[in-house]
Formats: sequence, structure tokens, C-alpha cells
Amino acid sequence: MSLFLAVNKISFRIGGPAGFGIMNTGLMFSKACSRIGLHVFDYVEYPSLIRGGHNTYQVRAEDTPVRSQVETVDVLIALDEPTLTIHADELKEDSLIVYDDATIHPEHTVLKRGIRCPVPLKALVAEVGGPEIMQNTVALAAVLGILDYDFSVFETLVQDSFEGKKGGIVDQNIQVARKGYDYAREHYGHHSHYQLKAVKAPKRMVLTGNEAIALGAVQAGLKFYAAYPMTPASTILHTLAAWQERHNIVVKHAEDEISVVNMGIGAGYAGVRSMVATSGGGFALMNEGVSLAAITESPIVIVEVMRGGPATGLPTWTEQSDLRFVMGAGHGDFPRFILAPGDVEEAFWMAAEALNIAETYQSPVIIVSDKYLAESHRTAEPFDLSKVRIERGKLLRQAPKNYLRYADSPDGVSPRTIPGVPDGFFLANSDEHDDWGYSNEESGIRNRMMQKRMRKEAAYAKTMPQPALVGATDADVTIVGWGSTKGPILDAMDWLAKDGCKVNFLQITHISPFPAETVKKLLAGTKRTLMVENNYTAQMAGVIREKTGIELKEKLLKYDGRPFYPEEIYGRVKTMIGKGGAQ
Amino acid sequence: MITKEDLATPVKPTWCPGCGDFGIWLAVKQALMQLDAKHEDVVIVYGIGCSGHMCNFVRGYGFEGLHGRPIPVAEGIKLANKKLKVIVVTGDGDTYGEGMNHFISGIRGNHDVTLIVHDNRVYGLTTGQASPTAEKGYKSKSTPTGQIEVPVNPIALAVAQDGSFVARGFSADPQQLIKLIVAGVQHKGFSVIDVLQNCATFNKVNTVTWFKEHTYKLEDEGHDPRDKVAAFTRAIDETRLATGIFYQDEREPYDQDVPGERGVPLVDHDLSEADITRTMNEFL
Ligand SMILES: Cc1ncc(C[n+]2csc(CCOP(=O)(O)OP(=O)(O)O)c2C)c(N)n1
Ligand code: SF4
Repeated sequence: MSLFLAVNKISFRIGGPAGFGIMNTGLMFSKACSRIGLHVFDYVEYPSLIRGGHNTYQVRAEDTPVRSQVETVDVLIALDEPTLTIHADELKEDSLIVYDDATIHPEHTVLKRGIRCPVPLKALVAEVGGPEIMQNTVALAAVLGILDYDFSVFETLVQDSFEGKKGGIVDQNIQVARKGYDYAREHYGHHSHYQLKAVKAPKRMVLTGNEAIALGAVQAGLKFYAAYPMTPASTILHTLAAWQERHNIVVKHAEDEISVVNMGIGAGYAGVRSMVATSGGGFALMNEGVSLAAITESPIVIVEVMRGGPATGLPTWTEQSDLRFVMGAGHGDFPRFILAPGDVEEAFWMAAEALNIAETYQSPVIIVSDKYLAESHRTAEPFDLSKVRIERGKLLRQAPKNYLRYADSPDGVSPRTIPGVPDGFFLANSDEHDDWGYSNEESGIRNRMMQKRMRKEAAYAKTMPQPALVGATDADVTIVGWGSTKGPILDAMDWLAKDGCKVNFLQITHISPFPAETVKKLLAGTKRTLMVENNYTAQMAGVIREKTGIELKEKLLKYDGRPFYPEEIYGRVKTMIGKGGAQ
Repeated sequence: MITKEDLATPVKPTWCPGCGDFGIWLAVKQALMQLDAKHEDVVIVYGIGCSGHMCNFVRGYGFEGLHGRPIPVAEGIKLANKKLKVIVVTGDGDTYGEGMNHFISGIRGNHDVTLIVHDNRVYGLTTGQASPTAEKGYKSKSTPTGQIEVPVNPIALAVAQDGSFVARGFSADPQQLIKLIVAGVQHKGFSVIDVLQNCATFNKVNTVTWFKEHTYKLEDEGHDPRDKVAAFTRAIDETRLATGIFYQDEREPYDQDVPGERGVPLVDHDLSEADITRTMNEFL
């Protein structure tokens, strides 16, 4: 049966009803792969409900970098029958399917392909008297058994994962794991065409975009975080709330997003680094606050983790359809600073960068992310913390004589005091105001204040990072993207390069102010372009056209709530190159 | 100590002659002078309305926020720096209309903030529409045939929601109001001070005389501010409006023991001490 041997190249999926611990089991598999030195990317799909519905967790692990999930599944754990039906098409002839034949009957499903490896999950758990949820551990251990994974590594992982829990739980888990592992080896050890073997590699973290943002913000001196729960931003709240005492930060679950943003602005005005996060709907409520931060020149970082819209839309699915909304957020004209990380490293560094921009330019700064980046785990080497800079800009702890908070300055940034500083008084005023902050509607002052504030954007534009092309020089196709599409684009590019296709990638990370000159120059030198976006209207393509005059005609768009699979990008580029005759 | 000169600004008040806002302004300034506080340790957050215009007439650290939103700004300031005395000066439209959620949540959370609401039963700045405290039947530009809803009862709401300091003042009685503001700022927790105020230009019903005829002082009737039931009973009596402290208790304020603060105001934390090394290791 086994026609080939795939060592350290695996696509794994576990599926079942919501509420069955699928998320934890998937993450355990990701960590198990990371612990033996593999690169890992995982991706979860779940509906917006707590029990029932279909949850899946997909893990891709290889010994070379992986940044996205793939369409096919090599190993499937099915915790219910619908899983077999829903994922039947993803399976290949030699895919392994682990399930409990006491409860699941493949003959009731449309299952066509794959090697069936039933394991008495329930019975094995009963042997040690564990709770039903431990079936997950048994199933996972069974898979690892078939894949010839070193059990002792898994044992340590279980110990680390249940650290702090009562000793009995850890022992029971290890006991049932051993049973599942041994059972699978005894019965299916001969199906060893997929294997997981330890490789030499640096230690890597397994983390999500949201966790990376939380880490970056804390390392950069975040002190105040407020939020109102909203998927897919909530895990930033959960993560930071759990770290409050350990990292000396205050986290407030406020009454609504309007309160959240106003609290964040109050904290920023009072002199602490402050951040808030939400998704599109909550961000809509924050809009007036964005404007308030701008005119009072108060620093605040707002993270907008996009999901499918409009309205409640697709709460637990991914989309990049808030770009224009974020760029236009807040009424009135004011400098806009918007960053769009594309992976966990960028999420970490941009959280720190955003806090620095917010204080340096005394402005709201928006980080725009999405569910795909926010909730997918990827392996990453620990961040080099010595490189994290805390730049607080013109923050005064002592006021000069005749201090004027909004005094004009060449870069538009005026030295800022905070309450508590003697003689540093000023009024942060949401009405237009004079140098002290008193309300003033005179034409001359209005113009001066407007120009002062807008100059901040120009000043930042001179120092901001510029985009660059990555990939082949003299490429036949240039892929253009932003945010989380980076992962599948880079993975597709790896495959294309193996096929000898010359492809490169332009990723826009700093969206506002828009690096128009650089983008224009880079695009001018391209042969053919492909805009890849997770939205219906190609919003970034529109922005590029507006800012550079260049129209990117060819587009690959997706708006069904699912992220891109690298296969889709690979296939499209292949057709383009085929048609163009470049190969 | 804060002096009169400290509080003076070059801006002349823009309120209509005879407006109750003058009395509240006077009381706010007098109260600040009576507080044992350094000028730089006081922050006043203002709402948007005629009431909020006071931001231009009181020198100090100020923040004029959005209409309806001064309370969360004040809470954010207090959480960032608990050494500060944080006061909110705002209107009834601002607090009981646009920002009602923040009013209730501020009381619930017992954030150590003093809320002074100019309750003139109209939206002054937007030319006199009925505010949430306008009486049923009140005619205004937005309710030409009479207000249909019953008014919000801020005192009863505050008592019902476990308010730890609930009081009412009157703009034409600055002496009482000064005492209420001083007591409110000294109180550790969310202090609600609803201030009956005449709008000389738009509210021809609830005039100074009208308020005088319809109010009495709680202390004159031997009210015990520890008695919550009595406070509530008096709060729901809308024929006779009481002034003074309805209710006060020592419920712990929000910032008493915020995890993560470590007893040091956030603003005084040394940012260079941030170190996520251990936390990062947990992701390995
Ligand atoms: C979001 C928003 N909605 C409406 C307004 C317009 N507005 C300004 S002040 C005000 C009402 C003010 O009434 P109140 O709070 O009672 O204060 P007063 O002027 O009576 O002191 C309104 C509706 C605004 N500034 N912002
Ligand atoms: S409109 Fe009414 S509340 Fe506003 S300043 Fe004039 S009198 Fe005072």
C-alpha cells in the first residue's frame, strides 16, 4: 500500500462537534511537531456557537518553513461522522483516518478514500477511568504512534501543557496516551508512509498573531489595555488579562467599545502606553474616539482584527474587507497611521512600533489584522528583545516657563506634559483650540492647528519603512498583497520557484501614510501583477490606484470567510505564466 | 492649596445672562480651593454642551471629550494615575442621554471619579430640545406636542445601582453645592452629583423660582445618608425634589486594588523593566 515515504511533511486535521476540546488537541499536535524541530502552521475553523456545529483544526508541519494550510489532508482524526463527510474530498488514497468505530461508522458517510485506522478511543479512556474528553489525547497519541513519533517527547509535552493542574490529571493523560500510542503501533504500525522524526533546529515558539501583538505591546511598555469581547480580537483581551499581575499592566473589560476607546484615550493622555482592540463592528463604535484622539493629540493604539462583514457578518471567519473603513475611520481630516502585519513576527514588531508612533506623533495608530493571522498559530524563533525600542517622543516630566501644549513646531509635534507635572497645565480639547487648548474658531488659528497636525504625517512619512520586492529578480509575475495573505503567497512562491517560475511579492505593511513613490517605482518595473485580497472589491488595489495611478487589473479575490490556500495562488500564477508564455 | 488666581483663564464665560451654569462654575472653583490638593494633581474632564464650555473658564489640567463620553475618559485617567483627583463636569443630555451606559457602569465600577451633572432638563447648546430629565409633556423644539417619555430619575438609578455617593445640588445654592463637591471629591468611589440648574434661555418652565418652590434640603428633614431605603424613597418622590446627600457608603473603589498596578500608579512604572522572556518561553 505505501507507495512513498513522507518524512516530516504532513497535513493533519482533527474535526468534530464544538465543545469537544478540538482546539486544545490541535494545538497539542502543533506543539508536538514544533518540539521535534519542525516548522508548523495551523488554522482553525469554527462556527459562532459554543456547542454543536463543526469545528476543525488543521496543522501543517514540515522541515522547511510553512506559513499556511494546504487543501489536502494526510492524517485525519474524526470525532464524529460528519467530519468524514465534510472532509472526504480532502483525503487521498493513502491518508490515514483515526476514529472510534464504536461510535463512528464510515459506511454511513460518503467516505471514499483513505486508510481506516479505527481505535477504541472510548474504551481505552474507560480502562483508566478518565473523563470522556480524554478521547482527544488517545486519538492524538494514536496518530503519533502511527507516525513513529518519539513518545517520550509527547510525554514531556503533556506534562508541560498540564503544568499547574493536579498531578492525577497529568498521569491519567499520559496513561491514556500510552494506550492509544501502543494500540495504534500494534495495529497500524505498518502504515508508516508518513513519519515525524526529530530534526536539528532552534527552539521555536508556537503562537498566534494575537499573542504576538500582546507580547510585542507588553515588551514595549504597554500599561493599559481595554476591550469589549469581540471575536477574533478577544484572545488579545484574554491573553493580556491573564498577564496583568505578571507584567504589571491594567486590563479593563469595559461596558462597550465607545467606553473602551475613550478610556484608552484617557490613559494615553495621562501618560501611560495604552492599547485597545476590537473587530469591525466594535471599531465602528470607536470611530468618534479615533477623531478625538487625533484632535486632542492623545496617543492610543487601536487593533482592528477583521472578520467577515457586513454587520455581524461571519463572526469567526476571516476577511480583509475593512481596509477602506479603517483608512477613513474618524470624521474630519487628521494624520492617519495604519500598520498591517502579515505574520506573527510582524505582529510582534508592529505592536511595539505602533506604541512608539502613537507617542512620538501623539496620535491614534491603527493596527489592522484579521482572523486568519489573529488565531492561526505559527512557529517562530523567540523574538530578540534587545531590539525592542521604547520611544516616547516629546514627553515632558517638567514644564518649561510659559508652557504651551499645542505650540507650533516644524514637525507638527509639540512637547507634551501629563497631569501631575507642575505648571504643565493645558486643556485637551475636542473643539478646535489655541496653543493652550482653549476653544477657538478663528480662521487663522484653525488653519495653523490643522497644518500643524497634518505635518505629523509628513514628518513620519520621511522616516517610515518602505516596501520592497521579495522573491525572484526579473520576475514574470509580481504578486501584490497585504496582511495575512502573506503566508499563502510565500508558500505558493516556494512551490513556483521549485517549478522554475520567476515570481516576486510586494507586501504593503505600512498603509497610511501610503508609501506611494516606492510602490509606484516598484510596480513600474514589473511585467505582470496579481493582486491577492480576502475581499470582494479589491480594496487595496483601489488604494494603490488612488495613490499611484497604477491599475492592477488581474486579481485573485476571496470573500467566503476562508483564507487563501497556497494551491489557489500557485494555480492562478501558473495559468498566468502559461498564458503569457513566459515559462 | 489652589488659589483663585490659579484657576483664572483669559477666556470670558460665554453663558447667557442668568444661566445656572455660573453658580455651578463658582461652586466648582470654590470647592477646588477648599480641597487639600495640588493644582497639578486635579484633572477635570468635560462633556460637550453649555456645561462643558466651563473647560475654557477653569485653568488646570483639563480634557474636553466627546458628547456623552467624559466618564470613560475620566476612568482611563484615574486608572493610569490614581494619585490624581478626577472630576467630570457635564450635562444631563450628555450623561443621561448619549452616555447613559457610562453613567451606570461608572457607578457599578465605583471608579474614584466625581461626576457633576448640569441638570437643566434641556439640551442647552443645541438650542433647547427636551433632555432625558425633561418632564412628561414638556414642549420643546424636538417635542412640539409634548414629551412622551417619562423622565430619567438619575438619583433613583444611582441608588438602585449601588452608587456609593449620590447627591443633588442646586445651581442657585452654591454654598451647599461647594460642600457637596468637596465631599464628593473626598469620597473614595464614584460620586454622583446631579445639579438642578436653570437654563435661562430655553427652559421657561423649570426656572430658579420653580426649582426653589419644588426643592427641600435633606438635612432639614433629618435624612440619614446611610439609609438606602429612605434614600430611594426620597429619590422617587418627584413632586418634592430633595437636595443634599441621599446616600453614601464605603464600598471599595475600583482602583483600590487593581491587579497589575502593584500599588504604584501606572504612570510611575518604569517601562524599561518590561521583560517577556519567561512568557515567551511558555510558547516553546
Ligand atoms: C455625538 C454627538 N451628538 C450630538 C452632538 C450635539 N450636541 C452638542 S451638545 C448637545 C446636548 C447638550 O445638552 P446637555 O448635555 O444637557 O448640556 P447643556 O448644553 O444643556 O449644558 C448635543 C446634542 C454632539 N456634539 N455629538
Ligand atoms: S442656553 Fe441655557 S444652559 Fe446654555 S448658556 Fe444659555 S442659559 Fe445656560
